[in-house]
Amino acid sequence: MSDFEPILTRNWNVPDGDTLKVYESRGGYQASRKALTTMDPDAVVGVVKDSELRGRGGAGFPCGLKWTFLPKDRKETLLCVNGDESEPATFNNRLLMEKDPHQFIEGILIACYATRASTAYVYLRFEYIKAYRILERAVAEARAAGHLGKNIYGSGFNLEIWLHRGAGAYICGEETGLIESLEGKRGWPRIKPPFPAIEGAFRKPTVVNNIETLACVPHILERGAAWFKSIGTPKSYGPKLYCVSGHVNKQVCVELPLGVTARELIDVHAGGVWKGRKAKAAVPGGISMGLLSAAELDVKLDFEDIRKTGCLGLGTAAVTVLDDQTSIVDYLYNTSRFFAHESCGQCTPCREGTSWMYKTMKRIKSGGGRLEDLDILQNMSNNLGIMPGTTICGLADGAAWPFKNALAKFRPEIEEYIRTHQDPSRRITPLQAAIASGVSADVAVRHSLTVLGSAPAPAALHSADGGNRP
Amino acid sequence: MPSNPEATVLAAMIPPAIVEKIRALIPRYPSPRAVTLPALHLVHEHFRCVPHRAMAEIAALLDITPAEVSDTMSFYGFFPQAPIGDVRVWVCRSISCMLRGGDEMLDHACRSLGIEPGQTTQDGKLTVEFAECLGICDYAPAALADDGRVFGPLDESSTEAMLNELKQGPRELF
Ligand SMILES: Cc1cc2nc3c(=O)[nH]c(=O)nc-3n(C[C@H](O)[C@H](O)[C@H](O)COP(=O)(O)O)c2cc1C
Ligand code: SF4
Ligand code: FES
Repeated sequence: MSDFEPILTRNWNVPDGDTLKVYESRGGYQASRKALTTMDPDAVVGVVKDSELRGRGGAGFPCGLKWTFLPKDRKETLLCVNGDESEPATFNNRLLMEKDPHQFIEGILIACYATRASTAYVYLRFEYIKAYRILERAVAEARAAGHLGKNIYGSGFNLEIWLHRGAGAYICGEETGLIESLEGKRGWPRIKPPFPAIEGAFRKPTVVNNIETLACVPHILERGAAWFKSIGTPKSYGPKLYCVSGHVNKQVCVELPLGVTARELIDVHAGGVWKGRKAKAAVPGGISMGLLSAAELDVKLDFEDIRKTGCLGLGTAAVTVLDDQTSIVDYLYNTSRFFAHESCGQCTPCREGTSWMYKTMKRIKSGGGRLEDLDILQNMSNNLGIMPGTTICGLADGAAWPFKNALAKFRPEIEEYIRTHQDPSRRITPLQAAIASGVSADVAVRHSLTVLGSAPAPAALHSADGGNRP
Repeated sequence: MPSNPEATVLAAMIPPAIVEKIRALIPRYPSPRAVTLPALHLVHEHFRCVPHRAMAEIAALLDITPAEVSDTMSFYGFFPQAPIGDVRVWVCRSISCMLRGGDEMLDHACRSLGIEPGQTTQDGKLTVEFAECLGICDYAPAALADDGRVFGPLDESSTEAMLNELKQGPRELF
């Protein structure tokens, strides 16, 4: 592992590494020049396909293969770069743009040449304000130097890059939500098929790629597919930027070969769990991917192995560490709050389901949990998502996975929490119980007048401390 | 002839310089509607909000209906219709920040200013909002000002220091 030479981050600590001058002096724009002046676009697609580069945006779809889905007889192609990076705990795309914008632009240039796209839109989340400014400057520099614009390197190929800023919605990272948002509409994901390659932005064939995916492309062109495949694990080739945050001593983004373990990331690269504690669990690749237990930290974080733990996938390879003092209830409360807030509201199971899950967690957290809540949450998490076929996009699967994994791996802890955190003011009243069991409301009210005599006084039901604590 | 109040043409609200900026973006896209978000950002930057009338003017510029602009605008919780403070600061409440006290820092900031999340201080200087992951988790618990300044890892005293700094007004990033 120690002989691994950083590739994507090689300019990060070079002074003025974000300028064209420094980028060119370190061999930048050689790969694009080679591609545009000596290679046929299909040959470029071929090299990327051979490298088996898989998308870094979350789904891990083979990049070169995706490019071949574009219709052969198309008149126009668009590239949409996914710079919405909003998966909680993920920040590698931000650093790629801030620290080495030209590597990213060169990746766009090669991808556009390969797919014959003459317009690229970089959809950038609004919050990346510094990255936006740096990119604006870098695009202008590249255009002035002839890396963008008309007849690039005399090849006859034209390319314009436009930066397009989002407005704070996670769902615009889903590729068709991104396309709708780019078109000026609400970011509602589309039903697929048709996939963007056939009918994407403005109904034109469109390629959507993540920033890190594109940043790999110049290096693949320069060093070849075999070189790329010499890094990583079977089916998961190449370098990867891993983010580590949460309960660690040093929150970092490090470049390593695909397939490093969560334990190595935590112990070697993030300085260990903070405050001398132990890890209870770790989120493997953004919260949508679920949860690893402490016993599973030695699994390889690549596109394949991670699934053996029941996690959804590698996702964004952003690891969040939960120390042994963290309550799994707090973790579920936080993830469910996120998805309830970010669901676009288009599919009923997702809109209602995510907010139901959040409300249930809020109630459990505040001392009103019931053991049967867990069965309901289990049931919902099994039935919510594009995989069970009840929703349009994968946000719902991401909302379900934390529950699936936490209930499979930490159910006794959650049950214990429910039992030991009963707030009397949150207890079901006899009136509620009677109505829930089918007694008609007016009968129940008359009946409960006598029963209520033994229940807490009505005012106590609404006081913050529950009124009748010892 | 009696004047018809309906026919009174209100003076345009969006200043000509911004109208020009919006128009200049139209050729970048196959459809003018795609300029909706960029136009909303330009208007928001100028007024610190998107008033109803400006929204209608954007619609006219892009040859779409005001309802279409409104539909898009209201989807994103980003464009208020009444002005926000000179600086808007987002405090992250997502997983990595929450684990390190992000929710408490949001509470602390709001209590210290005497406002609720989403509100603006009486002097109009500062708007504090919660946010989901801001992509600056290496600073967790973190906050981001809308001029691009990043703050973190926050504790109670650095949160106070951040508020004091932000009350001085927006700053150029570089
Ligand atoms: C809810 C949701 C959010 C997503 N957010 C992002 C994102 O912020 N950035 C990203 O690159 N991909 C995101 N994706 C994945 C994209 O839909 C798409 O697969 C990806 O941009 C394709 O690029 P790649 O093949 O280069 O990875 C998201 C997917 C879903 C379902
Ligand atoms: S699954 Fe959820 S986020 Fe995705 S389209 Fe449906 S409602 Fe929207
Ligand atoms: S979780 Fe707070 S910035 Fe990412």
